Amino acid sequence: MSITVAIVDYGMGNLHSVYRKLYNMNVVPVVTSDADKILEADKIILPGVGHFGKAMQHLKDQGLYDSLNEAVLIKKKPILGICLGMQLMANKSEEGEASGFGWINAKVVKFKIKDTVHYKVPQTGWNTVSICKSSSLLRHIENGDEFYFLHSFHYSDTSEEDKLTVTNFEYEYVSAVEKENIFGTQFHPEKSHDQGIRIFKNFIEI
Amino acid sequence: MFRPRVIPVLLIDGDHLVKSVGFKNYRYIGDPINAVRIFNELQADELVFLDISATRNRRVISLDLVKNIGEEANMPFCVGGGICEISQIREILSAGAEKVVIGTHAILDPDFIRRASDEFGSSSITVCIDVKKRKFGKEQVWTFNGSRPSGFDPLEFAQIAEKNGAGEIIVQSIENDGKMNGYNLELIKQISKSVLTPVIALGGAGNIQDFKRAYREASATGLAAGSFFVFYGNNKGVLINYPEKQDLKFLYES
Repeated sequence: MSITVAIVDYGMGNLHSVYRKLYNMNVVPVVTSDADKILEADKIILPGVGHFGKAMQHLKDQGLYDSLNEAVLIKKKPILGICLGMQLMANKSEEGEASGFGWINAKVVKFKIKDTVHYKVPQTGWNTVSICKSSSLLRHIENGDEFYFLHSFHYSDTSEEDKLTVTNFEYEYVSAVEKENIFGTQFHPEKSHDQGIRIFKNFIEI
Repeated sequence: MFRPRVIPVLLIDGDHLVKSVGFKNYRYIGDPINAVRIFNELQADELVFLDISATRNRRVISLDLVKNIGEEANMPFCVGGGICEISQIREILSAGAEKVVIGTHAILDPDFIRRASDEFGSSSITVCIDVKKRKFGKEQVWTFNGSRPSGFDPLEFAQIAEKNGAGEIIVQSIENDGKMNGYNLELIKQISKSVLTPVIALGGAGNIQDFKRAYREASATGLAAGSFFVFYGNNKGVLINYPEKQDLKFLYES
């Protein structure tokens, strides 16, 4: 039987492309804002584009905050946060001065760029990753592989053991995290050609 | 390392691709979805789709088309044409686009940029500035697909767009469009030195050297073109193409 992947729909962004990439694999992707469906799924993807504070508010308003905590912390379902979805996994963010889920011990801060001619915020485009620890999420991914990034805020003060990849944008910051069943990528696998599809395949096989 | 993007800009007229010279003389190119499939194969960095007849006909780019692009594209894409309401942006983004391009309406109502970026975040909002000289006059920003002068100075408007929360600014030269003889480097340089948001150069690129100059001399972080990616050879036969990685080595040298 193929596995079910719940793509959490909380009104923040681009679910269609994630759905489409999974649809082409041997899984049943379900775009949902229904807490029961999230709790029933084998795996969860938390996408997201937009404002941190608003996103947390939407999750709470839709009654998904507690269910996601249950699914991730008690039922230990593998979850992949993408972009804002990864940021929501941290303790808090400067964007809207809001608290996140606190699954990953880190905070989210705005890029502080000195060379503003060459490094424009939001970071928009292709950048490479350097791998910090071996992980089944990064099978067949190599140091220097490029992924698509689109963000103004990034992880900071991350626990050393949770760092999965780092990326350089004037300075080095954490671009993917992993802690037990919890995975996050600041980049967009659904927009990153073959390397991105590889990340989804790896996540499904975990 | 971070590198500039090389971006095909594809013009849509209803449901098919076209390409212009100087915002006129539109020539039929082909089917947009077929083009997306080819750009997937060629591993293009990003795609931009602009419906050039939407604003004039008081409609917005076809949502079905955006959905179909979203289903096919393995790379980020950005969509514009006739956008003048927040609800239209929501529909386009949920159909799979990373960003929307706001042109004419951003200039008619700069506060619309603010409302859009407050709602969807700066990184989803790209503003496109079409620039042309008036006869015996200075460069200024034009609206309605290059048919009406707005009175705004390009740099002045780029700063307004940034202040109102634009996440990216496309600077397009109307005069250079389709000529394939180089970007308006001075204009691009002037704007990219004065704003903190990414600037995409558009209009006139005819070869890889033009991309290189826009990056090196004018500090553009997006190197966009139309004709370059859809025509091939001196006779301008239609052929969707994209440079090989080895031809884009300069992107990786800071």
